[in-house]
Amino acid sequence: MDIVYFAWVRERIGLAREEVETSAATVADLVTELSGREERYAAAFADLSALRVALDQELSDFDAPLVGVREVAFFPPMTGG
Amino acid sequence: MQVRVQEAGFDPGAQSNDFAAGCSGAGAIVTFTGVVRDIEGGGLVAMEIEHYPGMTQTALEKIAAEAEARWSLADVLVIHRYGRLKPGAQIMMVATAARHRRDAFEAAEYMMDYLKSRAPFWKKEILLDGASEWVAAKADDEDALTRW
Repeated sequence: MDIVYFAWVRERIGLAREEVETSAATVADLVTELSGREERYAAAFADLSALRVALDQELSDFDAPLVGVREVAFFPPMTGG
Repeated sequence: MQVRVQEAGFDPGAQSNDFAAGCSGAGAIVTFTGVVRDIEGGGLVAMEIEHYPGMTQTALEKIAAEAEARWSLADVLVIHRYGRLKPGAQIMMVATAARHRRDAFEAAEYMMDYLKSRAPFWKKEILLDGASEWVAAKADDEDALTRW
């Protein structure tokens, strides 16, 4: 599965994209798994209320299942317009 | 519907004229142009706009399609830039054409409200002293969606 990061999430983790092997059932499980890896992930995911998630380029939420998902994106609330 | 995500600048006047020319029969055309605003007291060197290439076009088309479903519109135009923009530069533009002005105004406002918080763009301010800061989303912008 590909994970992509944007804005300050990308800067904090230090990566724009990575491929991970995971058996996480939901987005929240994936977040727990990543946060356990290294401090930079834990710092980026410290406050989930400050984050948004998209699954295969559609906005989703942290309870969503990851079955069949190819791309997960984490980013701060959007500031378009 | 015309939706364009681009790095290049654009001329809002020319875009507006082209859009109007393609909407014969529309009695009302509303356009909105968003411009890079300097910080208070000056000192903004640039605004860097990041986006999610795979998702941006689809997200904008979805917002435009919803506007077309809710109001009686002849056409809709959305242009949104990304990359490094200087103060005073155009960031984005929305145009709506309808037989009557209420549809055109409301649809344009609806699209602006959704573009603010549902289109995958992130803005970073680059300041004169070399500092940079991500622009935080405003609670007001999120609240604005509840009126629709």
